[in-house]
Amino acid sequence: MFKKLMKNNFTLFGFAAVSFLFIIALLAPFIAPYDPIEINVKNIFLAPSLSHIFGTDELGRDVFSRILWGARVSLLVGVIAVSISTFIGIILGALSGYYKGWVDKIIMRFVDIMLAIPSFFLILAVIAFLGPSVVNIMIVIGCTSWMGVARLVRAEVLSLKEREFVLAAKSIGASNFRIIFRHILPNSLAPVFVYFVLGVAGAILVESSLSFLGIGVQPPAPSWGNILAQGKDNIEAAWWLSVFPGFAILITVLSYNLLGEGLRDILDPRLER
Amino acid sequence: MRIKKIFSKIFELLITFLGITIISFFILHLAPGKPTDVMSDLNPKITPEARQVLLEQWNLDKPIYVQYGLWVKKVLSLNLGNSMSTDHRPVWDKIKERLPITVFINLLSMFVIFCIAVPIGVYSAVRQYSFGDKFLTVITFIGFAIPSFWLALLLMIFFGVDLGWLPISGLTSVGYETLSLTGKIADRTKHLILPVFVSAFGGIAGLSRYMRSNMLEVIRQDYIVTARAKGLSEINVVYKHALRNALLPVITILGLSIPALIGGSVIFETVFNISGMGQLFYMGVMMRDYTLIMGILIIGAVLTLFGNFIADITYSFADPRIRKGV
Repeated sequence: MFKKLMKNNFTLFGFAAVSFLFIIALLAPFIAPYDPIEINVKNIFLAPSLSHIFGTDELGRDVFSRILWGARVSLLVGVIAVSISTFIGIILGALSGYYKGWVDKIIMRFVDIMLAIPSFFLILAVIAFLGPSVVNIMIVIGCTSWMGVARLVRAEVLSLKEREFVLAAKSIGASNFRIIFRHILPNSLAPVFVYFVLGVAGAILVESSLSFLGIGVQPPAPSWGNILAQGKDNIEAAWWLSVFPGFAILITVLSYNLLGEGLRDILDPRLER
Repeated sequence: MRIKKIFSKIFELLITFLGITIISFFILHLAPGKPTDVMSDLNPKITPEARQVLLEQWNLDKPIYVQYGLWVKKVLSLNLGNSMSTDHRPVWDKIKERLPITVFINLLSMFVIFCIAVPIGVYSAVRQYSFGDKFLTVITFIGFAIPSFWLALLLMIFFGVDLGWLPISGLTSVGYETLSLTGKIADRTKHLILPVFVSAFGGIAGLSRYMRSNMLEVIRQDYIVTARAKGLSEINVVYKHALRNALLPVITILGLSIPALIGGSVIFETVFNISGMGQLFYMGVMMRDYTLIMGILIIGAVLTLFGNFIADITYSFADPRIRKGV
């Protein structure tokens, strides 16, 4: 009982933190104390103080304001990228599970192939070729991370397909399309939703890694990953550049994971451990 | 029976491998931008004719399926082609220099993951809901959420810059050649501690979580109840009966984690300035060196498939239920 309560507390915390992050991202222009990209040569490498609580970078920009603005990019990339991958995953998984046979074989082989490619390598190459922009990052992450959803939806569809309500729909002459999208998929969305929330955390990590390597969000636009890259270049001069953006990523990813795990327990009592 | 199974497995792997080459090749070559663009950026005076010569030299003027055919023909004769960067060295030579260090670090970190994660998972399962279990659960959740490059930066600042205990870049110190053998080993070890720890960290969180739920499942099985009912000691029940069964799926998980480890090597090799395959890939991407990129993707895919294959085989040997075909 205590454990369930604690789990729920974690979930509540995750939910509150995720909502809070969205509010921060939305209100960034109003709550950021300074302009995130305005260069101020008089303020280079100021250590954290009352006027710049997270210090300033090598161009005199306020790190706190940059982190607030960075939240916009991270959340946007996370949510859109995972929406893309969930969409692809649902379609392919549903087709695979519903039609079985050679459709299933081809799609599942495709899933195996995509899983065997070191995806970070592929993402890196494609984004470098397409040119690093926020839109490209969202599309490429989305197109390389749908395999889990596809497998999940396929398994759900395979079992739902045999249920009576599908037979009933068939017997009144519903089309395959209608059966899949109106009868089967709505019943399999709970685990997909959990996957979505956990996926956002993963996508945010990938985006920040890309920006850290210099092929994600391009300066002067701030993102948590590219502030950390500045931190690496100035590792002996300004520890605050390396410390604070990392906490932002950590807290964001942690909140999404807590929310996702909590939802999993709530939505699927079978997994209760 | 088993021979037949192994052969059909190998056939499946070949199909997957072919699929990987097709997907990587087409995605890379259909993306806008050509290696010659980078060359003309470097040398703006290059004439359109000279560009055309370069395009022809690399077959980039031909339709993409012809390019793919030519590439496959080369790879089948075990030739990954020459690098498109200015040195034009064979891609395999470039990879060969750097592959061992990446594989070595990844194997080492898999070993570390296994040695740390399994005991944590077992402890958490046996003492479910104890203070220790909850504490470790919180730690693993944080472990999941820490970006590896951030962890690397923090460790570099703390152990490298502030304390000055560990070197933060490269694999050997200046003057490595002059050291005695033990000095060399000590120097190497010092350089490896941070990279291996960083690349293992995420895996430890993942595997210990997995191990915990596996153990919890096994402990509830009838044969564990039987073992307890026989009056076996708790240690005997946990370590002999439960652990062995809970460890089996870990083999598969380690096999499946290879692509993530290889992908992660780009990050820790860049952060720690280690000249491994990940760093080579990053440089290749920046130069749009198609042949090098394809070469590394292929090697990465081979390592992945080989790892999965080994995991499957090991599994079937380790699990008598599969071995005897029950």
